[in-house]
Amino acid sequence: MPDLTDRTWLWFATAFYLAGFVLGTIALLRERRQSMAVTYAIVLAGFVIQTFGLYQRGLAVKGCPLGNTFEIFQFTAWSAIALYLVIGPTFRLSLLGYFTSMLSAALTAVSLAIPAWDATRRVGIFGGNPWIEFHAALALFSYGVFALLALTSIMYLLQVFSLKKHRLHGLFAFLPSIRDLDHINLRLLVAGVLILTASIAVGSVYWLQDIDKVNLAKIVTTVAVWAAYALVLSLRLKAVLISKRLAWTCVVLFAAALLSLKPVNSSRPPLPDAPVSTSLR
Amino acid sequence: MSDPAITFFLIGASHDTAPLEVRERLALTADKVESFHAALSALPGLREIALLNTCNRVEFYGVAETPDALTRLQETFCTFQGLTTDAFASASRQAHGRAAIEHLLSVACGIESQMLGETEILGQVKDAYAEALTRRTAGPVLNRVFQKTFQYAKHVRSHTAINEGQISIANVAVDLALKIFGDLSSTRILLLGAGDIGEKTAKAFQSRGAASLTVASRTLGRAMELATSFGATALPWEHVTAQLGDYSVVVGSTAAPDTVVSTADVVAAMKKRPADPLFFIDLALPRDIDAAVAKLDNVFLYNLDDLAKIAKENLAARTAQVGRARIIVGDKAETIWKQIEAQAGGGF
Repeated sequence: MPDLTDRTWLWFATAFYLAGFVLGTIALLRERRQSMAVTYAIVLAGFVIQTFGLYQRGLAVKGCPLGNTFEIFQFTAWSAIALYLVIGPTFRLSLLGYFTSMLSAALTAVSLAIPAWDATRRVGIFGGNPWIEFHAALALFSYGVFALLALTSIMYLLQVFSLKKHRLHGLFAFLPSIRDLDHINLRLLVAGVLILTASIAVGSVYWLQDIDKVNLAKIVTTVAVWAAYALVLSLRLKAVLISKRLAWTCVVLFAAALLSLKPVNSSRPPLPDAPVSTSLR
Repeated sequence: MSDPAITFFLIGASHDTAPLEVRERLALTADKVESFHAALSALPGLREIALLNTCNRVEFYGVAETPDALTRLQETFCTFQGLTTDAFASASRQAHGRAAIEHLLSVACGIESQMLGETEILGQVKDAYAEALTRRTAGPVLNRVFQKTFQYAKHVRSHTAINEGQISIANVAVDLALKIFGDLSSTRILLLGAGDIGEKTAKAFQSRGAASLTVASRTLGRAMELATSFGATALPWEHVTAQLGDYSVVVGSTAAPDTVVSTADVVAAMKKRPADPLFFIDLALPRDIDAAVAKLDNVFLYNLDDLAKIAKENLAARTAQVGRARIIVGDKAETIWKQIEAQAGGGF
């Protein structure tokens, strides 16, 4: 195994996600369907490398790497890709691999390109408590689900635009059907809300035991995100929030949830800094 | 080719060599096929033969030992069809060797089809080969030519967009429904009116997996008659408005002078199915569906002009692929021909 830092591995993973996006764009410009197998292979390769990079980082910080904005963005992208690798072949959603590689390339490249996000590294932030680590990982994984939901919502909006405006060629020719996208959106919404609910439930056990250590900004933001998605799910199940309005809501809500990560992370108490990156020797 | 007297050949007529009235006389009807093959088997000098007999095409592919064998084949066919050999010669084409292979490959790819890029022809070519195998008239040359043709025809279709996008109005409508619903097996379809184009569209939906079809017409008898022919159900006209929300696809093809489905009707229907899309295909002139329904959320409307425009765009896209497809066909025909020559060891 080459002796490389965790950030280098994560750059390699970003390059694979970017390659998936670029190849998909070329195929679309040529109005050719991109091979699902090729997209899957490229994304899988990126995922394996990213997993290794995050594993290295995890060894260095002695826990799940969720201690700064860089790690949170990386973990969110990793979660979205993990879900795509399961959902993609199951539902055969054309273009989902393209959009997922685009989102992951953006999240990982931005996080790598802003050194300040990774300047302060918190070691052992979970205090050796596996339940807190589990809570944090679940919460971030739910963000991955919501990321994928935002992508499928964008695909839904594009398909509606295509059919309403009678623009059926190019990118639009390869989009999944309206009904398929609506079904997958509902499933992702249910999955995301359930995972975030489980995360909050696990976290609340710890919070109730030691209320002084609770970061209020973090709790308020997390509960607000959970309440917003739970409300959206409830309105969808009652067929009040549907179609384009539902899709737009999911996109806007994910953007808001993503933006809320930075203030939440900044509100944490300062911890001793550690070197920015490590290598396994 | 070392011996020009023994060759792989093509003789036949199609829509681009013969007008419809001539093709009608050339078509080998089912009752004649058996006796015609019996006559062919008696022809000397015909080593191998396969007959491609479709609504637009009658073509013989085979291997002849001498030019006389080809002449006898044409004479036998003309005798069967009551044609003079001169009339047949003026309405047909002949090709030999590589050119004959190139033609067969072009046919199998749909390049030579009247409906450019259609896929049904490949199945018909396969049927022709299967029949030749059954009748034991296919030998080593036909085996290689046809098997390679199937392989390369798929290659051409997957490496060009020659068969992408539908070019008939009915199939364009079905493709749009697939973009909305994904799968038609559980999609309920309502046909309003008993017009010819509506009937064709309903058939296209059935051929693509739609299982639930209902026909409504101002005359219940006509609706029942059409429903019976489709294996569908009939709906009394006066129930259409109340039950509109029970259907996912509504095809309008009435001869009514005004719209038969108003925006208010659709707003009421969508209350029964707020999360499920409703697709209107308006094939009627004057139009059956109020154009304003297109503005409603989760409602999609395409009229005759919209569908015709898409079909035209798709045809233009297919036509633009013909040149690319012909280059691949030429290369592959050359490959097959070289294999045939090598197989014959220079004696073919």
